[in-house]
Amino acid sequence: MSATFDPIAPRPAPVRTEGFVPWVRRNLFGDIKSTITTVVIALLAVLYLPPLINWAFVQAVYQPDAEACQAARGSGACWGAIVEKYRLVIFGRYPFDDQWRPLLATALMLGLLVASCTRPLWNKWLVVRWLVVLGAFLVLMGGGWFGLEEVSTDQWGGLPLTIMLASLSIVFAFPLAVLVALGRRSHLPAIRTFCTLYVELIRGVPLISVLFMASFMFPLFMPQGMTIDVLVRVLVGITLFAAAYMAEVIRGGLQAIPKGQVEAAQSLGLSYWQTQRKIVLPQALALVVPGIMNNFISIFKDTSLVTIVSLYELTGSTGLAFNSDADWRPFKIEAYLFITAIYFVFCFAMSRYSLWIEKQLNRSRTR
Amino acid sequence: MSAVAQTAADPIIRFDKVNKWYGNNFHVLRDINLNVARGERIVICGPSGSGKSTLIRCVNRLEEHQEGHIVVDGTELTDDIKAIDKVRREVGMVFQQFNLFPHLTVLENLTLSPMWVGKMPKKDAEERAMQQLTRVRIAEQAGKYPLQLSGGQQQRVAIARALCLTPKIMLFDEPTSALDPEMIKEVLDVMIELAKGGITMLCVTHEMGFAKAVANRVIFMDQGQIVEQNTPEEFFNNPKSERTKDFLSKILGH
Repeated sequence: MSATFDPIAPRPAPVRTEGFVPWVRRNLFGDIKSTITTVVIALLAVLYLPPLINWAFVQAVYQPDAEACQAARGSGACWGAIVEKYRLVIFGRYPFDDQWRPLLATALMLGLLVASCTRPLWNKWLVVRWLVVLGAFLVLMGGGWFGLEEVSTDQWGGLPLTIMLASLSIVFAFPLAVLVALGRRSHLPAIRTFCTLYVELIRGVPLISVLFMASFMFPLFMPQGMTIDVLVRVLVGITLFAAAYMAEVIRGGLQAIPKGQVEAAQSLGLSYWQTQRKIVLPQALALVVPGIMNNFISIFKDTSLVTIVSLYELTGSTGLAFNSDADWRPFKIEAYLFITAIYFVFCFAMSRYSLWIEKQLNRSRTR
Repeated sequence: MSAVAQTAADPIIRFDKVNKWYGNNFHVLRDINLNVARGERIVICGPSGSGKSTLIRCVNRLEEHQEGHIVVDGTELTDDIKAIDKVRREVGMVFQQFNLFPHLTVLENLTLSPMWVGKMPKKDAEERAMQQLTRVRIAEQAGKYPLQLSGGQQQRVAIARALCLTPKIMLFDEPTSALDPEMIKEVLDVMIELAKGGITMLCVTHEMGFAKAVANRVIFMDQGQIVEQNTPEEFFNNPKSERTKDFLSKILGH
């Protein structure tokens, strides 16, 4: 008896499941529905992409040449308009020769802003750092010291103003929102009522009317001869507005923390503020990172509304640069595409950061 | 004259005609009179809603009482925050749901209070924390986060955390009720060891084996009142009131 060797019948080679072609077959032509979708999208792309590329790149004018732009109007983009006007768009009415000052000031602030996003800097020195950089920012922008020529705030504009308004209102609104959120849960009726009133009042009006109040109404109530800079008033307006919304987001996080956490902290002898700071807020804030980042992004874009009170931040300065110049006015759309890209870069960076920090903060919850 | 009489004269916890209501109509504690001697180990049992958790939560003012007096180690509990803080430093508490801080590591859970309440330097606080973790046999988990541990391990960490302030009194609020059966023993073992060390203990539990092993006194509560209290032997073998008998038949009946 010996085992006979029976070869099995040859089978076809395994179908390739990795690589580009199988991927396309599986994902784009998997069934009838997705095949139709693929074909329709491909058709649309064939129809509309070539003219778009043609307009944006092939026929576009890159030189700051108004006549060439005029000639290409309708068929090609005029990127030359941005080359011609970018200083005005970016820096607004800030004196041309001194524009290195807002550039440096903004770089400083952005640098600290980025650095503040990392955990090692979350300590008591953060406040000091912010005060120093804020001081440097104001001196650089406003001048009057160290031989820098004075530049009044109504000449500030463009991207530096956008970044300043956005970052300062975020920096001030965040702690205010935390306090208001805690206040709404306070067991002291006066504090609770005050915080609730504040939130409901601010949420009941549009930001534009808050800005109008800050800009035009508020000075009427000031004593004679006393003035507060319009920039400060607007900054306070945006801060108060943003904080009301943020407070509600944070309150949502506070409510998600089990009562047992507070009781455990109390039983260990921690005071109210120690409990909030060490136990409740770290957990609550980690939960509402997406909501808070929503607020931050909103604030950044809402700064464009200050145009209506004659502060020319990025959007305003773009209008300013083009509206008064008949030669270039038709090419405003290109400029708006340009600042759209700028807004997008900042907002996208914020939303990526939000994803990253969320992962960092929730590390303790993963096994 | 005797040692018992002496400690009874100087109780570490004294409840004097304490009444408490939840809202306006739910009378949760009725005329509670209770003296706890130094080093005494008391087990409190009773049906759910009988007020036993509320009773021990009054000791460190997690609950306020509306009438009567509670004096803990010479300090009367009132609205005075200083008095409350003083009492809380002397009273450690262990909860049914552990209530560890999930965003802090085990070690940070333990050092938090010594550093922030006791103003202890970080190094000393960590040293003490490691001692306590060794005591509850979990030192090797110091760097982990609470949610990475089993229920029994978490509860032992919670006990170690409460011990880090070197309390004179330990309160246990159903410490084993949320645990899987196989983890109950590891927690009870730690508690029995703790009891041998002579600390004053108030423990709400239905672990009657534990009561027999360590308690000086068992208290039975029902409807906000202390119905019966006695030594464990007398309490289990010779219950006096009908309600106690009924309760014991239910929890020992199987």
